Amino acid sequence: MEREMVVKLADNIISPLGVTTEENYRAVKAGRSALRLHEGVPGIPIPFFASLIDENILTVEGDYTKFERMCIQSVSAALANCDIDASSDRVLFIVSTTKANVSLLAGGRYPAVSDLPSAVLPGVVASRIASYFSNHRTPLVVSNACISGVCAQIEALRALEHGLCDYAVVVGADVQSAFIVTGFQALKAVSAEACRPFDRDRKGLNLGEAAATVIYGRTDTADNRWQMMCGAVRNDANHISGPSRTGEGSYLALRSVLQHITPDEIAFISAHGTATLYNDEMESIAVNRAGLANIPVGSLKGSYGHTMGAAGVLETLLSMSAVDDHTVLGTRGFENLGVSRPISVSSENRTTDRHAFIKLISGFGGCNAAAAFKKGGDR
Amino acid sequence: MSLIKHYVRISGQQPIDSGHPTTYNVCLDGQMLVSNAPADTLLADLYKGHIGDYPKFYKMDPLCKAGFIASELLLNAEGRRREQWGESRGVVLFNAASSLADDRNYQATIDDPETSFPSPSLFVYTLPNVLTGEIAIRNHFYGETNFIVLPTLDSEAMASAIEMTFSDGSLQSLVTGWVDCYSESQYDVLMLIVERDAIGHRDELSDEIKRLAN
Repeated sequence: MEREMVVKLADNIISPLGVTTEENYRAVKAGRSALRLHEGVPGIPIPFFASLIDENILTVEGDYTKFERMCIQSVSAALANCDIDASSDRVLFIVSTTKANVSLLAGGRYPAVSDLPSAVLPGVVASRIASYFSNHRTPLVVSNACISGVCAQIEALRALEHGLCDYAVVVGADVQSAFIVTGFQALKAVSAEACRPFDRDRKGLNLGEAAATVIYGRTDTADNRWQMMCGAVRNDANHISGPSRTGEGSYLALRSVLQHITPDEIAFISAHGTATLYNDEMESIAVNRAGLANIPVGSLKGSYGHTMGAAGVLETLLSMSAVDDHTVLGTRGFENLGVSRPISVSSENRTTDRHAFIKLISGFGGCNAAAAFKKGGDR
Repeated sequence: MSLIKHYVRISGQQPIDSGHPTTYNVCLDGQMLVSNAPADTLLADLYKGHIGDYPKFYKMDPLCKAGFIASELLLNAEGRRREQWGESRGVVLFNAASSLADDRNYQATIDDPETSFPSPSLFVYTLPNVLTGEIAIRNHFYGETNFIVLPTLDSEAMASAIEMTFSDGSLQSLVTGWVDCYSESQYDVLMLIVERDAIGHRDELSDEIKRLAN
C-alpha cells in the first residue's frame, strides 16, 4: 500500500558532550559522561551531581535567556542541514520543555502577577524562538513532564499525517536551576553520585542540560532515512509523582506501539532508566508484560543525567545514531541487574543488525509514552 | 448533535492576568450554576456543594483545584459511570501560564534558605500535566494524557490538537479544554467533552470553542 511516511530530515544535539549529534554519539559510544559534582552553586546549598552546559559554548547573540539560546542554536544547526524555509507557515514549531524560563522567578523580583515578564510564559518563549527564524505560526509547547520530548514528536507525526503542516521542527530543552535541583532534592529523588540505571545499587537520578532538535517531513519513499512509525501515550491512573507498581501506562503504551512493529525488528528499547528505585523497577515490569524481555534495554542517563524536556528527543536521536552504527549503546553506571523482572541490560556496547527501536519514557502526572522508529523500508 | 457533548465555563469579570480582584460565573451546559461568586471561596464552595468525597482536593495547587472542580462538574453532567472508559478516554488540556501559580508558591519556599526550606508537596505540582494526572487518577482514565501550552487561547490550535489526538485508535473521547491559572484567585476554565465524531470537523470545533470561550 502506498502511503506517505514521516521521516527525519535533520537533527542536532547540544550538550556538554558536544554541539552536534555526531559529536554526542561518539562521546557516548566511547563511554564519556559530563556528570560531575557541583558545589557552592548559589541557591543550592546541597552539592549535587549534574551534567551542565557551559554558557561559553552558546553562540547566539541578542537578548535571550540561556534556555532560549540553547533552543535557537540547536534549531539553527538542524536547519543548516536541510533545505526548508523555516519562515513558511507550513512549518510548525513544537517546543518540548518542563520549566522553560522558570529561573526568572528567582529572588522574589515579581511580587505581583501583573509585574511578571512575559518570558515566564512558555508559549510566549516558543513564539520568541520561532520568531528568530521568522516563523509566525502559533507554536505548540508540549509540557507533559519527563515524557514531553516523545509527546512532542508524536504531535509532529500527527500534524504531518493530518496535513496540518509540511515540516515540523521539534526542539526539546531544559535548563537546570535552583528551582529544579532543590525540588528533586526535596523529593529525595537525586543520587549524591553518578547515577546507576537498572543497577542493584542505584540511589536516584542526576539532572542534566541539553537541547535537541529533530525536523520531520513527509515523503513517498523512506530511502535510507529514519521513519517515525507510531507513538502512544497512556496514563497509569495511579499516582501523580510515583510510577505504577504494575507498569500499567508504560505497558499499555508499548502494547499499542507493538500493533505497528514486531519484536523481531527491534534492535533495542531506549528506556527512561532514570536510576530511581521505582522508575527502573516499573520499566522492567512493563517490558516483561509487553513480552519484550529478550530485547536489549538501555538508558542514557549515566551519560547525560535526566535532561527533562530534552530527554525524549535527545535519546531518540542517539538511538538512531546507534542503529546507524549497528550498535546497542552500553548503559553507563550499570553493573549488576537490580530490578525484579529479567531484562537485558549491559554496561558494554553490543552489536545489532536490526533497523528499528522503541523509545520508552514515563513521568510525573502518571504519564507514559512509547514510540517506534525504523530506518528505511516500508511503513 | 454538537461536537461538544458537555462543557463547563468558569470565567471572571476581569482578565485573569490583570492583577485586579474579580468575581466569577460558572456555567454548565449553558445553565448558569453560580454567578458573581468571590474568587477566594468559589472553588471550595463548589467542592462542598457538588463533590465532597475527595479530600485530596484540599492538597492540590490552584491550577489543579480549578481544573479538578471543572472536571467533576463536567463528568457529573455527563452522568455516565466514570470507570467504564479505561484506555478509551484521554485528558488533553491547554493553557498559557503552565504551572505558574504553583511555581511562584514553590519559588517562595526557596528564596530565603535561612527561613524556609524547599517544599516537596509544592514542588510536585510545578508541572501543568499533573492536573491531567489528577483527573486520570480520580476517574481511572488510562488513555492519553497531555498538556499543551500556547501563547494565548487559540481555538484553531486547540481544535487541531484535539482532532489529531484521535489518531490514536483506542481513544473514544477526551476531557479537554482550557485551564489557565495565575494564582489562587485568578483562573479561567473552559473544559469540554469531545468524542471521536469530531474527526473531520476541525473548523466547526474551533468555532464552538471560540464561541464558548467568549
